[in-house]
Amino acid sequence: MTSASTSLLITGARQADGTSGDLFVADGRFADPADAPAGVHRVDADGLLALPGLVDLHTHLRQPGREDAETVATGTAAAARGGFTCVHAMANLTPATDTAEAAEYVQALGEREGHCEVRVVGAVTKGLGGSELSELGLMAKSAASVRVFSDDGRCVADSLVMRRALTYVKPFGGVIAQHSQDPRLAGTDACCHESEWSGRLGLPGWPSQAESVIVARDVQLAELAGSRLHVCHVSTAESVEVIRWAKRRGVQVTAEVTPHHLLLDTPLVAGYDTTFKVNPPLRTSEHLDAVREALADGTIDIVATDHAPHARQDKDHPFDVALPGMLGLEQALAVVVDVMVNTGRIDWPTLVRRMSSTPARIGQVPGQGGRLAIGEPANLVLVDPSARAVVDADASASRGRNNPYHGRELPDPVVATVFRGRISYQRG
Amino acid sequence: MRHLLSCADLDESEVLSLLDLAVEMQQVQSRPVKKLPALRGRTIVNIFFEDSTRTRTSFEIAGKWLSADTINVSAKGSSVSKGESLRDTMLTLDAMGADAFVIRHSSSGAASQVAGWVRAHVINAGDGQHEHPTQALLDAYTMRQHFARVANGTSKGPGTGFAGKRIAIVGDLLHSRVVRSNVLLQRILGGDVVLVAPPTLLPTGVEDWGCEVTDDLDAVLPSADIVMMLRVQRERMAGGFFPTEREYTESFGLTPGRLAGLKPTAAICHPGPMNRGVEISPAAADAANSLVLDQVSAGVAVRMSVLYHLLAAEEGAQG
Repeated sequence: MTSASTSLLITGARQADGTSGDLFVADGRFADPADAPAGVHRVDADGLLALPGLVDLHTHLRQPGREDAETVATGTAAAARGGFTCVHAMANLTPATDTAEAAEYVQALGEREGHCEVRVVGAVTKGLGGSELSELGLMAKSAASVRVFSDDGRCVADSLVMRRALTYVKPFGGVIAQHSQDPRLAGTDACCHESEWSGRLGLPGWPSQAESVIVARDVQLAELAGSRLHVCHVSTAESVEVIRWAKRRGVQVTAEVTPHHLLLDTPLVAGYDTTFKVNPPLRTSEHLDAVREALADGTIDIVATDHAPHARQDKDHPFDVALPGMLGLEQALAVVVDVMVNTGRIDWPTLVRRMSSTPARIGQVPGQGGRLAIGEPANLVLVDPSARAVVDADASASRGRNNPYHGRELPDPVVATVFRGRISYQRG
Repeated sequence: MRHLLSCADLDESEVLSLLDLAVEMQQVQSRPVKKLPALRGRTIVNIFFEDSTRTRTSFEIAGKWLSADTINVSAKGSSVSKGESLRDTMLTLDAMGADAFVIRHSSSGAASQVAGWVRAHVINAGDGQHEHPTQALLDAYTMRQHFARVANGTSKGPGTGFAGKRIAIVGDLLHSRVVRSNVLLQRILGGDVVLVAPPTLLPTGVEDWGCEVTDDLDAVLPSADIVMMLRVQRERMAGGFFPTEREYTESFGLTPGRLAGLKPTAAICHPGPMNRGVEISPAAADAANSLVLDQVSAGVAVRMSVLYHLLAAEEGAQG
């Protein structure tokens, strides 16, 4: 719940760069601590890190359409618990976000119900159908000022449609965020990384190349169009190599990796627990190593959650039938701290770039991902770098219980989140 | 044994116990009155989400000859289309008091999932492209009898072991649950499995299954003790896994010419239903050394043994 107090003084926190000092928040912005009135609401952050609020470029909020699975209110509450002050609501809603009116509706829902900022992702094609462009320009001009466009869940498979989309969004600085999945190499039945595991378990396989062939095509189309491509949920070593090559050529490409593709691997599906069914699928260790290294060296620019809550009845099916997707918002920072920071792969300033400033830049979100400096909007998360806890799916703020980290001991970093100057989450 | 979900869950003593009891069960088949009272009062629900004539009938007869009440539920068409989840469907039947579910499903892993939800025993009667453990058991039973016949001139008694025996499994290995269960079971029994298929119909990682893998059927046949031909579904051809039926048969079919090249002691198996003229020629299907009908007959005995192990043993333990 968002607290009513409009000013607060955070004392003792250290920042990612190692500096420390009190942070005074008034009227939604950072202000000079010397101006803090006596009796101001104080937050003792001694021993904690103060980081800019996290920004998620890839969130499924399910409203409108599947309010039984998640709502803007519950999804953004989960975001606040995870330290996020901004999420990007993917377009695969019912109706799909493919018009200015639909975009403004989601935007307004976010302003009214959100525990963080909700930015709207527009569909690339009408009804996510893959053939006709949505009203990309009208969505960009709308009150939602859409800049990120994606048919996520489905790949824009037609090369010509993809080229046109990239070309069309260039003048207004849009970016096409592609779910890279060749629909022939990995059809709708593909539900397991193609590997010894898919072979043994008899699950239809999704080869890693079904991702990288699309990435390889798209980076060349982005180069041809001189436009921006963002690669969603990179999960394979081959995709990493292609993106590395494209960046060396100067192609305007950015990429994300999910927390689950950083931590969880294919053998988890051996018990046919549909919690672990996700698209792209959990990969094997050599791919995990590749995406971790790519996130460290910047080939992969950001972490994005692909938070995908599902109602239980949509998961209580056979593995190949159950809906793909898993939760991510609440444990994203925990996983990145565990896999990347505690192992020495990245430092805290790099984590801030990967989870806050760079996603804000890709999404072109003003007022997010900035510095904790006087005059800036007060979006921040207070982090305890050493706390640990066992994840309990039932303790989630999300309506979803498809939490792949349930029962796993992980870092428990988020102590409090401040969104636009108000406490949006504080550990009880 | 609480469930029978995968051959990977079995150890050697369990397999031998299942096969040995099946010998006794098969003797019941030759009696004029075939019923044993072992499972009187127990309820077995055969729930088939996918069509099957032989497996369902085989389980039904097995249950009836053990005096269980057997109920057949045809649930074809996924529960999704009815708006009900698999979990709800199974919990409903579980609540009616079934003692065991025999479940066939087009999705891999379905039986394992159900076993995690229900109170009753679960027997996997084929899950997608994953496993079909009772088929592998009846195959092993049939082969064992054949080996005994070859060695002793009689199929009476428990039969001999599989050491040194070469078992060729030929056909669509990618989509076959039969091959996965047979490979796992022969790992326990010690048979030497050779897998033969076009490269497009090989499962990923098959090279790590501990079997020889080849696309050269003619090189394998002269040394095979058992040739197990798997059905090739017509939809696989439409799926572009191989060019034409003619080309498939030419390379992977048990044609009359290949039949003539088998060892005199070799035998032919097929889990059925057969595509005569495609993977198996009529001459091979009906040959004197074809065990196809022995397999069907063994199926009832082996399933009686499985039901007895899961249900009667439990009753004894409780009583």
